[in-house]
Amino acid sequence: MTNADKNRIKDKMFGYFGMACTFFGIFMLLIFLSDIVISGWQKVDFDFLSSFPSSRPKKAGIYPALIGTLWILGLTAIIALPIGIAAGVYFEEYAKKSKMANFLEINLANLAGVPSIIYGLLGLQIFVRTLNFGTSILSGACTLALLILPIIIVSTREALKAVPDSIRQASYGMGANTWQTIWHQVLPASSGGIITGIILAISRAIGETAPLIVIGAATYITYIPEDAMSNFTVLPMQIYDWVGMPETPDGDYKTISSAGIIVLLMITFLLNGIAVFLRNRWQKKVKW
Amino acid sequence: MEKLSIKEKKLEAINLDVYYGQKQVLKNVNIAIKANTVTAFIGPSGCGKSTFLRTFNRMNDYVEGFRKEGDIIIDGKDIYQKMVRVEELRKKVGMVFQKPNPFPKTIFENVAYGLKIQGIKNKKLIEETVEKSLKQSALWDEVKDDLKKSALSLSGGQQQRLCIARALALEPSILLMDEPASALDPISTSKIEDLIWELKEKYTIVIVTHNMQQAGRISDNTAFFYMGDLVEYDETKTIFTNPKQERTQNYITGRFG
Repeated sequence: MTNADKNRIKDKMFGYFGMACTFFGIFMLLIFLSDIVISGWQKVDFDFLSSFPSSRPKKAGIYPALIGTLWILGLTAIIALPIGIAAGVYFEEYAKKSKMANFLEINLANLAGVPSIIYGLLGLQIFVRTLNFGTSILSGACTLALLILPIIIVSTREALKAVPDSIRQASYGMGANTWQTIWHQVLPASSGGIITGIILAISRAIGETAPLIVIGAATYITYIPEDAMSNFTVLPMQIYDWVGMPETPDGDYKTISSAGIIVLLMITFLLNGIAVFLRNRWQKKVKW
Repeated sequence: MEKLSIKEKKLEAINLDVYYGQKQVLKNVNIAIKANTVTAFIGPSGCGKSTFLRTFNRMNDYVEGFRKEGDIIIDGKDIYQKMVRVEELRKKVGMVFQKPNPFPKTIFENVAYGLKIQGIKNKKLIEETVEKSLKQSALWDEVKDDLKKSALSLSGGQQQRLCIARALALEPSILLMDEPASALDPISTSKIEDLIWELKEKYTIVIVTHNMQQAGRISDNTAFFYMGDLVEYDETKTIFTNPKQERTQNYITGRFG
């Protein structure tokens, strides 16, 4: 066997090895998903979506958790969006290269890596206790908004960076000031990227459990939140609660927790799907 | 070259030094440009001609480390004085860039942008200005039925004429052009050159070019830059037939550059 033959074999071997590794990850996920779907799919129906939790798994539903998740999702977006976009715009378009900007930038990257439970503790101290919001939707949304702010800022910056400088130059060259240039040219040209980043950040937020446990969100709620100051629960908390329950003669908690997971996953996949769709459409529309 | 009286001077640089950080890119440049003429800046890459062009509408303000000494005078006013608002200056001094850079919007919106940022809302006025500007830049007949189409769907040459129309919509009195045809094919280039020749009647045009034939064809006066020095500035025919400096002669005849 010549050296070239050996090298070719090595090359092929590595190709197969890499493929095997890829399939391993996907395979595990498939096993997990099919297990969940098999045990929970028959439970996902309108009754499940519109019933309150119950001590009898057969009758239990996720209505308050679903509504709570939607509340949290909306409010988190309302809080995080303007702040995140404004901060991203500031970094990318206004902040001159300085020690201060550098310092902020490094800390921003660090913040994105802080474990979510730490954000929970922060939320507990600031929003629940100091600001006296209590264990409310508002506290939860503020905490999750903080959690996803770094992600939104970073993705906004990436989207702004993708706008070629020639566009800014053209705008300045016509007598526009910085704000007009950002508002009329840079933001519209980067909106697809910014929106994609926001959706991905929010789809991360709706799966978060730890920070909401820390701020004291309930797991068993028998009413629908009325306003932002109501107590609340969310899907992952409801699932977390059910997963730990023992079997009962009245039906299996495994079935309803699986069904809850399916609903949560569907929401996440839907959001990610929208993000991918928007990104593709935007890439086709704008070619520099 | 004839000496200009103060009134005849449209643009003037007096003892201009420009630095980027520690590096000096323009050295004691003095020039006076007459109204309604085409002036070409020529010279090898990195000679400072683009930097010089951009001092006239202060686009260098955005370059990190930019610093200048000396004065730039337009219509008798020092444009680097504190009280001058760059936004106003740039309405008067339009610019066309090397690579066509239309906004990713419709053709109409591209030309209307300058009016929009000035807060002009009169629809009729905007429509008239768009039509007039596109006619001036010889693009109207090609796009009049497609004003709602994206500017990015135009060809490179059309995009560049759109950028010229966009600048003209502000009714500037000076038009700065930074190698406006260098990214275009020969046919588009000749269209742009014809256009420059026509625009001269209403505007004072300064054009940076790498293409010496182009400078010869379209300009009244030519300034040759080399390593930050303004080596020679004279009527174009003099520069190309009877330059006084040896460096100009060498560059014109293609011995370096």
